[in-house]
Amino acid sequence: MKRTIALSINGKSHADEVEPRLLLIHYLREMASLTGPHIACETSTCGACTVMLDGKAVKSCTMFAVQADGRKILTIEGLATNGKLDPLQEAFWNEHGLQCGFCTPGMILTAKQLLNDNPNPTDEEIRKSIEGNLCRCTGYQHIVNAVKAAAAKAGA
Amino acid sequence: MATTTTKPETLFGKKIRRREDPRLLTGTATYLDDIKMPGMHHACVVRSPHAAARIKSLNVKPALARPGVTAVFTGADVKDLGPIPCGASLPGLRTPHHHILAQDRVYLVGHPVAVVVATDRYIAADAVDLIEVDYEVLPAVSDPEKALAPGAPAVHPQWPDNTAFTFHQEGGDITGAFAQAEVVVKQRITSQRLIPTSMETRGVVADWHAGDKSLTLWSSTQIPHLLRTLLAGILGMPENHLRVITPEVGGGFGSKLNVYAEEALMAFVSMRIGKPVKWVESRRENFLCTIHGRGHVDYFELAARRDGTMLGLRLKLIQDLGAYHQLLTPAIPTLSVLMMPGLYKFKNISADIVGVFTNCTPTDAYRGAGRPEATHGIERMVDILAAELKMDPAELRRKNFVGKDEFPFQTATGLAYDSGNYVLPLDTALAEIDYPALRREQQQARASGKLMGIGLSTYGEICAIGPSPATPAGGWESATVKIEPSGKITVMTGASPHGQGEETTFAQIVADELGVDIDDVVVVHGDTAIVQYGIGTFGSRGTAIGGTALYYALQELKGKVKKFGAMLLECDDVALAGGKCVDERSGKSVPFAQVAAASYRAMKLPPNTQPGLVATYFWEPPNFTFPFGAHVVITDVDRETGQVSIRRYVAVDDCGKIINPLIVAGQVHGGVAQGLGQALWEQAVYDENGQLLSGELTDYALPRAHMMPWIESSHTETPSPVNPLGVKGVGEAGTIGCSPAVVNSVVDALSHLGVRHIDMPLTPEKVWKLIQGGRA
Repeated sequence: MKRTIALSINGKSHADEVEPRLLLIHYLREMASLTGPHIACETSTCGACTVMLDGKAVKSCTMFAVQADGRKILTIEGLATNGKLDPLQEAFWNEHGLQCGFCTPGMILTAKQLLNDNPNPTDEEIRKSIEGNLCRCTGYQHIVNAVKAAAAKAGA
Repeated sequence: MATTTTKPETLFGKKIRRREDPRLLTGTATYLDDIKMPGMHHACVVRSPHAAARIKSLNVKPALARPGVTAVFTGADVKDLGPIPCGASLPGLRTPHHHILAQDRVYLVGHPVAVVVATDRYIAADAVDLIEVDYEVLPAVSDPEKALAPGAPAVHPQWPDNTAFTFHQEGGDITGAFAQAEVVVKQRITSQRLIPTSMETRGVVADWHAGDKSLTLWSSTQIPHLLRTLLAGILGMPENHLRVITPEVGGGFGSKLNVYAEEALMAFVSMRIGKPVKWVESRRENFLCTIHGRGHVDYFELAARRDGTMLGLRLKLIQDLGAYHQLLTPAIPTLSVLMMPGLYKFKNISADIVGVFTNCTPTDAYRGAGRPEATHGIERMVDILAAELKMDPAELRRKNFVGKDEFPFQTATGLAYDSGNYVLPLDTALAEIDYPALRREQQQARASGKLMGIGLSTYGEICAIGPSPATPAGGWESATVKIEPSGKITVMTGASPHGQGEETTFAQIVADELGVDIDDVVVVHGDTAIVQYGIGTFGSRGTAIGGTALYYALQELKGKVKKFGAMLLECDDVALAGGKCVDERSGKSVPFAQVAAASYRAMKLPPNTQPGLVATYFWEPPNFTFPFGAHVVITDVDRETGQVSIRRYVAVDDCGKIINPLIVAGQVHGGVAQGLGQALWEQAVYDENGQLLSGELTDYALPRAHMMPWIESSHTETPSPVNPLGVKGVGEAGTIGCSPAVVNSVVDALSHLGVRHIDMPLTPEKVWKLIQGGRA
């Protein structure tokens, strides 16, 4: 019944036996012992579970772990390099782009995808690109500021 | 109290990035669901699909037969525990016995009926589907006004009128006010049911230690100490055998200011199975089983003279309580009554509350808790009066404001407003938008068939909740400050921040008072085994009360530090600066770490002084604080679709002194987002059978990034005389100020079409119908 999957998470190889019905978010949290991707809706509406799959931001509550077999996953835990925060993490910190922090890992990875695709987004483009990620604390304004600041820093 | 710190640069008022953020930004913070323990079991709750039903039979055997299922517990197992407490007391209040699990009857959709415990969360969820419950469905009622009608289904059969309480409050001479009135405006105004929706749902981990009969319980809560006291009561356990820990908490907004069935249930389960157990609420459960907010139907009557002088306000308030009282359910509408005069100086009020049972989720404190409803009411009524008198709404407000020299101001509802200058934020906001030019633009827009509105709200709020006599469980807060032997500083606060950033603002206060580096300060909270008793974080009280307790603890501690410093420097008095004790006459100094070490080493002690450097302070506030402000919203309404667009949102808030402007801005933005959610989009919708139709995030319109306008936020600063920091609180300001400004703006846009009022949320359908000349 169980199937073996092998995948890379934050640059490290993992191989595990999983039930075919196991959601990717549960695999990441329960079996790979990650705490960055969060569960907040189970219906793909909130984006708290967002991770990057082969370089694209996806909602890991709406994928089975077996669908990630052979693929590369980046979670918020893997975003800093050698202890140095990613410019987006740094910008979210400087601009107060988070309060309770629960949506933050997903929000940052969605913004990462935006900046990969569009290094100089307008406010409007930032707001559109993160509309699939819910935040109940910030009213989004400081998040928009943070993404703009990170983009400006990358372009500088 | 003057500080003796001579450090040239203070951190009070500085934009300091938050010290709690690194763990949150890297995904390494420990929220409830991140807790894992050896042998930990998972629980799933079986819930009623019906709003009212008798449980005819319950068969748990098929679930128990599922491999991996450890236990199933039903109402019979927990009938002697509890009840789930209600802390509010009102004369004649009817309080239904609130069991942890349903006994023979269910009263709302989501009512917990049984709990399944398994080795794995998937197995627990599977087993829920194997429990067979035979229900006899009964008639339900979900609308509070229908619940009051004769012949309505009785939510609790013993109280066929569905009335939990009635409450009357009066101040001044209301009859005289209405007798003198030259004009009376009346309006029915609703504040719809809302779902608080913290991004992290609730969750509980319970771990029973049979050997010493003690229980450790982790809960995503705003009130760890109150939870411990009340849970000990529910479980019949000595309070000192129970330790409550709040891990990182992913938002609360009042919804985690409560004691819930699952907290007691998980404690019970862990005691029965002898293993740790975890329950994490699904979003569906969060919408059904965590408290809702608002749920008002208000009938207002405002009496005035033709010159605009407001004379008195009458309110009949129908509060939808839901099926049970949670911790503060019946108390919330009484806060609305306290706030009903707003910022205006009329002294005659009369309010009648009817608290109504419905077969719905209990309502309780959600961001603002009673005050947004009141503010929405008075600010709508002022605009309705302005329209009636053909007066400018800004001018009418100015005419009736409490003057800046009239503080402390005694209100007709028994409050003493601490300080204020109500004209200032209004005039600041109106200057910001160039109000006269906008009114001219509006005339031109109307002439060309366009719909444009300008809406004001000048709000006040009750913060720093609050003096103990005004609260059910004590309204003080506590702080302990320790200078460790190495000179590093640890703060333990009884507040329980969950996103508000007090690990940073409190460290700013410490750094300023002691003259030390902020990086030498650690702020600890949310563990009843470590932190002295505290009340918690809600009601915009964290900094105004918790910060003040910390301030006074620091004053005590400074006295002691100085005694040791003076002893070491062999002088009479020292100042604290730059991490040192300084003898200002000789210029000699001794580093802080050396003073701390000497205090613990205790080779020599100053006269009448104990070793060590620790101070604890429990601060009882003498009054609430009363922030205020003005929000101005410019809207454009699409005539063809009824869509409301916000062109500008200007917020000028006065929350007293500001410790960290970055954090205050974040609180304002987030508060406005929740106010705007209520004004335009959010609504908990029940059908007539008590089914929650907006039962998932897919069906509940939470504000998303592209829906939010840019918020132009600025401040005036009128210090509070209530506390030495001069702070008032800001957590709820945005929410309270927002909704009337938005609705006033849209009504203003449609006023020339004969529209006088619209109830929230202002959906395009509702607005479009009004434009067409119909009724909303």
